Amino acid sequence: MLDVLRIAGRNLSRYRRRTLLTLLLIVIGMVAVLLFIAVTGSFKAMMVGQITDSVLGHLEVHRKGYVASIDTLPLNLNMKPSAVAKVDEALGQIDAVETWSPRIKFGAMFSNFTETTSIRVNGVDPAREAATVPLLPGRMIEGATDGPLVAKGQIVIPVLLARGMKVGVGDTVVLVATNRDGSVNGKTFVIRSITEGISGPGGRDGYIHIEDARELLRMKEAEVSEIAIRLQDPAQLDRVTAALKQALAGVTSPEGKPVLEVHTWAELSPFASLAKMIDLMTVFIKVVLVSIVLVSVMNVMVMAVYERIREIGTIAAIGTPPSRILSLFLGEGLLLGVIGTAIGTAVSLAVIFALNVWQVHFAFGQQQNLVLAPEIGAIQVASIALMVVGVALLASLQPAWKAARLDPIDALRHV
Amino acid sequence: MSLIIARDLTKIYRAGDIEVPAIRGADFAIEPASFVAFVGPSGSGKSTLLNMIGGLDHPTAGTLKVLDTDIATLDRRAAAEFRGKHIGFIFQDFNLVPVLTAYENIEYPLRMVQQWPAAKRREQVMRLLKAVGMEAQADKRPDQMSGGQKQRVAVARALVSNAQLVLADEPTANLDHDTAYRIIELMRRMRDEFGTTFVFSTHDPKIMAEAEVTFTLEDGRVLSRSNHKEVAHA
Repeated sequence: MLDVLRIAGRNLSRYRRRTLLTLLLIVIGMVAVLLFIAVTGSFKAMMVGQITDSVLGHLEVHRKGYVASIDTLPLNLNMKPSAVAKVDEALGQIDAVETWSPRIKFGAMFSNFTETTSIRVNGVDPAREAATVPLLPGRMIEGATDGPLVAKGQIVIPVLLARGMKVGVGDTVVLVATNRDGSVNGKTFVIRSITEGISGPGGRDGYIHIEDARELLRMKEAEVSEIAIRLQDPAQLDRVTAALKQALAGVTSPEGKPVLEVHTWAELSPFASLAKMIDLMTVFIKVVLVSIVLVSVMNVMVMAVYERIREIGTIAAIGTPPSRILSLFLGEGLLLGVIGTAIGTAVSLAVIFALNVWQVHFAFGQQQNLVLAPEIGAIQVASIALMVVGVALLASLQPAWKAARLDPIDALRHV
Repeated sequence: MSLIIARDLTKIYRAGDIEVPAIRGADFAIEPASFVAFVGPSGSGKSTLLNMIGGLDHPTAGTLKVLDTDIATLDRRAAAEFRGKHIGFIFQDFNLVPVLTAYENIEYPLRMVQQWPAAKRREQVMRLLKAVGMEAQADKRPDQMSGGQKQRVAVARALVSNAQLVLADEPTANLDHDTAYRIIELMRRMRDEFGTTFVFSTHDPKIMAEAEVTFTLEDGRVLSRSNHKEVAHA
């Protein structure tokens, strides 16, 4: 094998310019794919992290039909205490669940005593909410940033609302809400802090204590609108979702129909579509890379066979078996793939390193000054490298096969 | 026992409906360690005969035994194996592998065809390099060698795997007369040293006079056989 590669290497160096051009194409393709995967992968991971760790959690449990009507935040589709207890029990039995947080979500009128606007409010247990969405406390841009997320009598509001209503930390405001029976109630709150905006559902919500929410909505029992769940490892999402669905399938109405439903963050956030689009684009750019390698290597190998027909005839005449001739040309394709992959990987890793040293900042929706920190895993690099080498071999196969099948007499007569 | 025996050997090429006879019922025998020339004008069938003897081409009719093997019955792979073991080739255009040095070209059949062990391979290559007087040029590539030097390397390559038969198709056609004589002389010396049978084709009257046995071909027929020495027998 080493002999074959040695001769293959010499043959590649014989047509130096052509070999370099082919290698350049492979390197450009490799760099494009690896950089795209590194940049989009880190962007995706960052955005998903923002969404799951500051708003949604990894999973949410609702009463059946709630998500379909989520725009109206229907109070009549809240979970009853008995259902919440069943969810608590099920979650307690799944090891991969780190913590969970009950929420009451409702729409209210927000008044600064001179102006009124609407607001979506989350009534939360401050400690459990902070544990379930740990990035939320870090989104406070004004006011208290330590201690409990929100205390009774306090409210956290989004920055756009604060600016629009010209209110700030320490100001007193009024929330007026209609409960499920249609009666209206109001309650004053002191603004504890102001959060930055974040793209996606819940990114512009306000927060109050869950007991304040129940008081404002005059709830007679401890209902909740949703339970947000945080996993120890997001990679366990599918497994935990399946286990939780199975565990909650037994919670049924008197008519025997399931009462609860489980949704992953991807089912609740429009960013999941963008993530899928990124994945699709990654596949597309991989197809482009495969095409580049296939066409460039095949082109150079077809030329190599055509130009060396007499040489092939000679080595066949002196007894070189067809399989060895095949391997000589496959060796050239293999070397092109391996060298191109090695250089492409080295260049890509250097650029990724540089992008982490000289950081690139960007904005996405309401989020400003996001830092691009591209990274790529060894498995991804290895899979792309294997793909390129495999395609280079595949591209060499037809020309190599043709060389091995050449009739020595015809080849020796070739001019 | 003869090394090569041809009986009523016929080769007809077909181009569509047209049949072109290249060899017409040739009968001949070549003895071991002989120094034989097939002579005749262009198109007389010399190259076709050598190709058939070398298993590169198949006869249309008749029998051709080389080293007691009916060469026409060998398939592509078996023919390649047979050539690798028993037959060396020397070409008019030298046909050295351009990316390999003189040493590596000579080593090629041992390394890529027969896979000899390294030490034995080196010993054999050095022996052949010395025999053809190319020791000093061992590291040169073909583009750094003269025509005569290239053909010396080609002779060494043909002999390196201890071939019993070397086929040389117009080995001196691209050489000046002095060099051509030296190559023929080298081939004869190799025959003497290694006991290898050399069969070559030529249409150069001065070169054909160097052969010990000469078969004259015309229009695919063996017209005559001249025995300059009692080495080969018809």
